[in-house]
Amino acid sequence: MLRNIREILSLSASQYGWVMEPDAKDILRLAGIDVPLYRWVKTPDEALEFARTQGYPLAMKIVSPQVLHKSDVGGVIVGINTQEALLAGFEKMTHLTGFTGVLLEEMCQGIELIVGAKIDFQFGPVCMLGIGGVSVEIYQDTVIRMAPVEKKDVESMVAHLKAHSLLQGFRGTKPINMAALSQLLITFSSLVTELSDAIESIDLNPVICNEERCVAADARIILPPTRS
Amino acid sequence: MDLNPLFAPASLAVCGVSLSNDRHPANVIYNKNLLRFPVTVYPVNPRGGTLRGEKVYTAIDQIENDIDLAVIALRAELVPETLQQCISKKVKGAVVISGGFAEAGRQDLQEQLLTIATRADFPFIGPNCLGIYAPSQVDTFFLPSERMIYPDKGNVAVISQSGGILVDLLVKFAGEGIGLSLAVSIGNKALVKEEQLLQFLANDPATSVIAFYIEGFGENEGRKFVNAARKCQKPVIVMKAGKTHGGQRAVSSHTASLAGDYKVLSDIFAQYGIVEAKNELELLSFCESLSSYQNSSAKKIGIITSSGGHGAMAVDACLAHGLEVPMLPEADQHSLRESLSPSIRTIAALGNPIDLTGSAVEDDFATATSSLFESVQVDCVLILLLPYLPGISSDLSARISQLAKKADKPLIAYVPHVEKYRMLIDGFEFNQVPVSPSIEGAVLMVEALHRRSSC
Repeated sequence: MLRNIREILSLSASQYGWVMEPDAKDILRLAGIDVPLYRWVKTPDEALEFARTQGYPLAMKIVSPQVLHKSDVGGVIVGINTQEALLAGFEKMTHLTGFTGVLLEEMCQGIELIVGAKIDFQFGPVCMLGIGGVSVEIYQDTVIRMAPVEKKDVESMVAHLKAHSLLQGFRGTKPINMAALSQLLITFSSLVTELSDAIESIDLNPVICNEERCVAADARIILPPTRS
Repeated sequence: MDLNPLFAPASLAVCGVSLSNDRHPANVIYNKNLLRFPVTVYPVNPRGGTLRGEKVYTAIDQIENDIDLAVIALRAELVPETLQQCISKKVKGAVVISGGFAEAGRQDLQEQLLTIATRADFPFIGPNCLGIYAPSQVDTFFLPSERMIYPDKGNVAVISQSGGILVDLLVKFAGEGIGLSLAVSIGNKALVKEEQLLQFLANDPATSVIAFYIEGFGENEGRKFVNAARKCQKPVIVMKAGKTHGGQRAVSSHTASLAGDYKVLSDIFAQYGIVEAKNELELLSFCESLSSYQNSSAKKIGIITSSGGHGAMAVDACLAHGLEVPMLPEADQHSLRESLSPSIRTIAALGNPIDLTGSAVEDDFATATSSLFESVQVDCVLILLLPYLPGISSDLSARISQLAKKADKPLIAYVPHVEKYRMLIDGFEFNQVPVSPSIEGAVLMVEALHRRSSC
């Protein structure tokens, strides 16, 4: 498993200098982290076929070695409910820089968290849990722990979030599946500990959590600059 | 690597004494150890001669007797050779006072020291530091004794990257009655770093609390430090400077941008129960209370006051620091009220805070303190003592402290600190009851116990 992951990382490093989302998703899936059902499609026909088997709604994201921040360039469309919207979306994506297809994914509903990791100069691999989504840097509600983490570390991380009551069920919403979140963080933190020589940082943002699952809906893996 | 000889040397060589300038750092160190410490001290200068009538040795290997510790206060270029001579002479450790190494762009010279010492398993502190003050053992600070303020001997060790901050802390320890077991300024920390000193102090019977002033760690040093702290049974307190640095590099991920250097350190310290002091008031408060209570919990606080205002301030501070001030049950209030003096029985408020009013007498304070020690509602008692009340004497604090000795709960006190009230302050301090000059400080003392126990 780890060997396959390292192969993907080294191929990404030599080809693009960073890891594109479909490859990042493959890495997470190999590591045992829950990700949405996805397919990297390169033609409208492939898109239609995925929609037929998976059903709607779907999310569509640009795959391009030149686009790191997808939503900044209009490279993310969510809530695609019809064949027309799917084809129109695909057409739009083909005009973006470096288009090499799109990633089609099942849509998940729930609270948006961020799970991250970086290799810290002073402390080595550390991981982070926070309130995620696009406004993550506005709220800055995050907790950091030294990786790898254990179950009790995850409990303490959740307890130290200012918005922890959101996770425990708030005004009619059900509490998120804490065991799934715990498992995700434990798996993720041991993965980054193993890969601490081969990565610089990872964002899983958002990780969508509901009463059933915790799913890494997007992943960004940054490679160390010295790596050629 | 054995650090013991560094902190309890029987003999000390001071390399670099001046024959003409008695204010030279090496001379200050030589003089103070000669006159005030039990260590046998030898001056070294290549030119020889005499100093204060004593023979000056031309090199450390010319000294006939064994040497435990060498202080090196020479120009940076001369230090590697001297360090080598120390090793040949079988000296057990050194303090390199000299600057002019990594901090001045001479990383190469510092590397030389490191290589020489590592090869010989030879411990040295520094370079670019004040070194060691071990109470009633040795003092390598190049500050004249008459200008220094030494705290009493006690159970708190302080390790500091900055010499200036360390000396300042000693002044304040003395002012607050915090006792010191060992003070070390580690400067550029080329070889002996926070981690090694933490491991040493974890096993030092004279030390119960270990406090650090840290500016930054080298690569992975923070992780090693935290792992050493996790194994240490004693409270570890850290004051970190340079909180605003870092995070200035352009970063391409949210995690890298949100997890700045200070945020990472602060969260990880919390993860492993390292008590972070955000400023000097916190550091002093935490040191004082943890030096008395290393294993007490404090979450539910009972407050005794004779002024409603002080009680309200203390409650606000407790809640702001994540502590609870639970209301005492009616039955408990009733039985306490029956035990108070008739003059305050109808006017005292007993819900928590217990406000005994300005008409209270000493028996009332003792009764209220005992009742809180016995109450299952609280696990820590905070007493706010106003020395100007007509009904109390300067002996009250000692009397209250005696109650605390028999109790299984921590007691923390507030007394305004002016000389006139010294007996009240001493009554607490002599009996190891932490006493703060401010309400905020007293609540920080409580918080230290809470943070220590809640990890």
